[in-house]
Amino acid sequence: MDVELSDRDEPRMIAAILAGDREQYHELIRPYERSVYKMALSFMKNESDAEDVAQEAFLKAFRKLADFRGQAKFSTWLISITLNEARGRLRRQAIVRIESLDESPEQGGHISPALLRDWREVPSEALERQEIRQMLQDAIASLSPLYREVLVLRDVEEFSIEETATALAITTGTVKVRLHRARMMMQKELAPKLKKTAPRRRWFQWS
Amino acid sequence: MVIECKHVWNYISDYIDDSLSPEIRELVQRHLEHCEICSAILDSTRNIMVLTADDHVYELPLGFSDRLHARLSEEIGSNPAPPSDDAG
Repeated sequence: MDVELSDRDEPRMIAAILAGDREQYHELIRPYERSVYKMALSFMKNESDAEDVAQEAFLKAFRKLADFRGQAKFSTWLISITLNEARGRLRRQAIVRIESLDESPEQGGHISPALLRDWREVPSEALERQEIRQMLQDAIASLSPLYREVLVLRDVEEFSIEETATALAITTGTVKVRLHRARMMMQKELAPKLKKTAPRRRWFQWS
Repeated sequence: MVIECKHVWNYISDYIDDSLSPEIRELVQRHLEHCEICSAILDSTRNIMVLTADDHVYELPLGFSDRLHARLSEEIGSNPAPPSDDAG
């Protein structure tokens, strides 16, 4: 999570909230609004459900704050709560796809990536274009849940391998296997599209 | 020992995360030096990861923060903390 936290003393804020200064919770969570929403949206696929999940997660974290023991970063704990909230919501909506049960991902053959002869960097400025943002969101959303969870924690929320394993209650080995497949699926899906939609501008001269 | 492209593909993710053993890493590295296809796969994968991690992929809806804090206030506000500077 890329939040600038150098001047924040989160353990102290949490202690203060638990001691009765409940208003400080607003400040505690302010840097994480986007992260929690990203997590929720990558699962729920529509903005209003995602907002609901995000709000519930923040409320739950407040109610459970006394359980937070500082064994992980507050942000990691918060994202885990969001993950559980999103999973629970999906279960209740009964839209967890059957396909995810049929898969045996760890035994699957390898994913062949999209073959390209060269690659010119697509700069972050490209994300100013809605079509590019949508392309990335769609690619993430199209992953089956097992892969999406790992990819979102690791590559969207930027958890470490260990944090990802802890949040999902799986081994680091399983994280790596799923992550590899998820990243290859992303490459296969996105590399040709990104190349094709690249505008004829100086910073990517596709030939 | 020389490894083929399709073996290198299996190592791309761990290569990026720098979690390969030194021996395998060395093999992959050497392959990448002369294989433009695998290099392009590596570069595109890494590039896509950078884009994926970018905050701009998921924009907060308008008013998200206001609605969130209003809802939190309902939960928190039943027992607001007194101002500390003139409490005594």
